[in-house]
Amino acid sequence: MASQQQLSAIKGAKVLMVGAGGIGCELLKTLALSGFQDIHIIDMDTIEVSNLNRQFLFRKSHVGLSKAKVARDAVLRFRPNVSITSYHANVKNQEFNVDFFKQFSVVLNGLDNLDARRHVNRLCLAADVPLVESGTTGFLGQVTVHVKGKTECYECQPKPAPKTYPVCTITSTPSKFVHCIVWAKDLLFAKLFGDKNQENDLNVRSSDPASSSDHAEDIFELNKDETIEHYGRRVFDHVFGYNIEVALSNEDTWKNRNKPRPIYSRDILPDEPTKQNGNADKNCATDGQSLISAMASLGMKNPQEIWSLMENSRIFIEAIKLFFTKREKDVGNLAFDKDDQLAVEFVTAAANIRAESFGIPMHSLFESKGIAGNIVHAVATTNAIIAGLIVIEAIKVLQNDANNYRMTYCLEHPSRKMLLMPVEPFEPNKSCYVCSETPLSLEINTHSAKLRDLVEKIVKAKLGMNFPLIMHGAALLYEVGDDLDEDMVANYNANLEKVLSELPSPVVSGTILSVEDLQQELSCNINVKHRDEFDEEKEPDGMVLSGWQETSLEKGDSSKTLGNGESTSKTLPSTKDADKNDDTDIVVSGRKRKLDEASSAVDISSEANSSKKPEVLDDDDDDLVMLDDGDSAINKKKRLQ
Amino acid sequence: MDGEELTEQETQLYDRQIRVWGADAQRRLSKAHVLVCGMKGAVAEFCKNIVLAGIGSLTLVDNRLVTEEALSANFLIPPDEGVFGGKTVAELCCDSLKDFNPMVRVSVIKGEPSSFNEEFLKTFDVIVVSCCSLAEKKSVNEKCRKLPKRTSFYTVDCRDSCGEIFVDLQDYKYAKKKLDDTVECQLSYPSFEESISVRWKAHPRKVSKLFYALRVIERFEEAERRNPGETSISDLPGVLKLKKEMCESQSVNEAHIPNALLERLVTNPTEFPPVCAVIGGILGQEVIKAISGKGDPLKNFFYFDAVDGKGIIEDISSQP
Ligand SMILES: [Zn+2]
Repeated sequence: MASQQQLSAIKGAKVLMVGAGGIGCELLKTLALSGFQDIHIIDMDTIEVSNLNRQFLFRKSHVGLSKAKVARDAVLRFRPNVSITSYHANVKNQEFNVDFFKQFSVVLNGLDNLDARRHVNRLCLAADVPLVESGTTGFLGQVTVHVKGKTECYECQPKPAPKTYPVCTITSTPSKFVHCIVWAKDLLFAKLFGDKNQENDLNVRSSDPASSSDHAEDIFELNKDETIEHYGRRVFDHVFGYNIEVALSNEDTWKNRNKPRPIYSRDILPDEPTKQNGNADKNCATDGQSLISAMASLGMKNPQEIWSLMENSRIFIEAIKLFFTKREKDVGNLAFDKDDQLAVEFVTAAANIRAESFGIPMHSLFESKGIAGNIVHAVATTNAIIAGLIVIEAIKVLQNDANNYRMTYCLEHPSRKMLLMPVEPFEPNKSCYVCSETPLSLEINTHSAKLRDLVEKIVKAKLGMNFPLIMHGAALLYEVGDDLDEDMVANYNANLEKVLSELPSPVVSGTILSVEDLQQELSCNINVKHRDEFDEEKEPDGMVLSGWQETSLEKGDSSKTLGNGESTSKTLPSTKDADKNDDTDIVVSGRKRKLDEASSAVDISSEANSSKKPEVLDDDDDDLVMLDDGDSAINKKKRLQ
Repeated sequence: MDGEELTEQETQLYDRQIRVWGADAQRRLSKAHVLVCGMKGAVAEFCKNIVLAGIGSLTLVDNRLVTEEALSANFLIPPDEGVFGGKTVAELCCDSLKDFNPMVRVSVIKGEPSSFNEEFLKTFDVIVVSCCSLAEKKSVNEKCRKLPKRTSFYTVDCRDSCGEIFVDLQDYKYAKKKLDDTVECQLSYPSFEESISVRWKAHPRKVSKLFYALRVIERFEEAERRNPGETSISDLPGVLKLKKEMCESQSVNEAHIPNALLERLVTNPTEFPPVCAVIGGILGQEVIKAISGKGDPLKNFFYFDAVDGKGIIEDISSQP
């Protein structure tokens, strides 16, 4: 039961919830039960079947409807007197500006992606509204409190970047199944069914320029006079046979590696066209692309099963056939989508055949889908716990009870007896470019990089700005907005294509650029420094931003230990780049955090402790808990069996 | 892997959680039968969690008619009085729970926990009791331990901003991931009665004060023949007197159970919804672990207090 002071703080509060997914459903329910009267909720997503196992406000009949709206209606059914306002919209829309945020007493995030989290963080800072942030992955979760000037902001700690792989690992020397998935999804699938104009490294230029002729490009075109079966086999033989032979001819590559084995369709599949023994006709009867399935055509059912090489090859050919016969219109403009059954089947089969070729263990469709779609593991219980903790923090924030703000970790394995571990929040990071005024510095080749590169790779991708404005002194170099006149737009577009040093107001070594996002009310300065050369593998952007840090997701060591006196090692909440429609990402950063050893622990066995004061810690427990930038999420993927 | 495959529908619906605990655990869940007695807020949360997770069946016991208090932290009961129509709390909760997951069988049994016989209890794999008297907890727990097959027993209660879970898995074997291997582990649990009978002096160091405070209140309610949770500020002197007696008989200093904590628990016996969410979530996870036989289960008490924010496991077993 809440105290009177708590109740009056709750009743007078106007709360903004961002996200009506896994955490959001639980949070909206708990807020309503706790007595909150005025709740606004934003979510751009619609309901999917895979949400129903944990987003308990949704039913099968709601699939396809707005999460925010359905969640509102569901909660009103058991708490009809609460005022709930729903917005089926992207929180990054301009309508949700600083003034919009200013009307709220506290903002509660139940988001699924880094981008939106950063955006909300900036608006909360600009509007000076406290933010309670959260995330879950499987049994792990965390809640943090961000109050301007009192605690660190969401971006004070470096955030993980999505994992990228060196190009040659994907194109030539895969050593893990995920490399085969990336190849199948980003290169082969994109080549066959995606935009033909996109850059694609599928056919790496071999050392002999003659062999990388036009022929290599034609191979992926369906000829007028051939059957799709023939075309499928031609593609198969090219990517799994010919290309591997070409790669093998490069002896140096294989000195310290296992040689791959070329695979040709004639060795795997009989010459006749593959027979359909499934119920393909049934597929035609029902509409919806998810029902067009190579597995169904071939009479295969179990997504948990690992297919044989022959089964993978059949799926591969069958999926190509189905794309070209049943989904002709899609071919040429498809992007991989984890909810597209046929696309997942094709990518699974292609990745498995490649894995087989390179001696890497094959995986089931279920597992492949998880890897290809970056699917975050999610259970209802963790979301419910985290939602409860969010409300507890929100109530403290409403009472301005700063001394008791905590960030809380929900652990899978107890640490010092704790499954829920509260930690005192950090102070703001003085060199945070978001909540302090520290300038960033950028090394870039000012004679070859265009303004477009700077806008795309730095301002948008790294700084996460949506409506950037770039100034050099008093000169406006670039701006995005709805209210610009045509001349200005033309002018800015021309600037985008110019090399930095040739801009109307040249950007050279020593230039200080001022970058602003008017919607986020965020501005920062970038000190430009010219550099000629960049390492293609390590610095693929061709520029390096510092003062802004990001950590890599994959660092090898995945479990970190907590505390000094503990003998067992525990997996900490970790980092995950969550995909859309799922619940979270979790970030633990690398600093020492003071554990809150409050007075609830009592040493009954010692009669000496008879004073009324909280117990003094008399054993060798170390109160300082080391939270490293764990990255066990990658590891977690392997828990499936 | 025993039993039949998951259906396509199950794989699709449970996709995200199968990625957490595996298809085998999901199959075991779908064959498990759970009994819960006492449908307050924390139990409502727990029921929601395991119904969503895809438990085989859930049987509810709560003969109370709906009151303002029953409504407070329970989102399974629609507030529209017209719907009540003489229905019990369990019946109303059942209707809502069925709706959460059509694949789970949810039903209601009338009766008191103390009257359940072996024939009835042995049809369940997991039994959870809440808002029961000390005597009822002990009696259901003892009956569970006499059943021909191992049955997991839990108690759960929330008051003010605090919650307690007790776990008895008897002699429990489970699998645990250690690096890339799976190792077999075994734990032996004491009963509720055995646990609370362990001399306080023999406890591990620094046991949560909530353990002691809740034992005092439990005893008080029993002595005064109150229903669980039926206390008010006027009971504080009586509770403090009992605390003194209990501390004396256990030869521990009275200061180990802060009066302020007792005052909170006695004055505000109703549940705090965020704490119900936390406790119901932890209990859900524990029951899923116990059914799937995977992962370290908690042994044998869990405490959460929103005031300090800690969720603590205490192992209070008889000493050799
Ligand atoms: Zn900051």
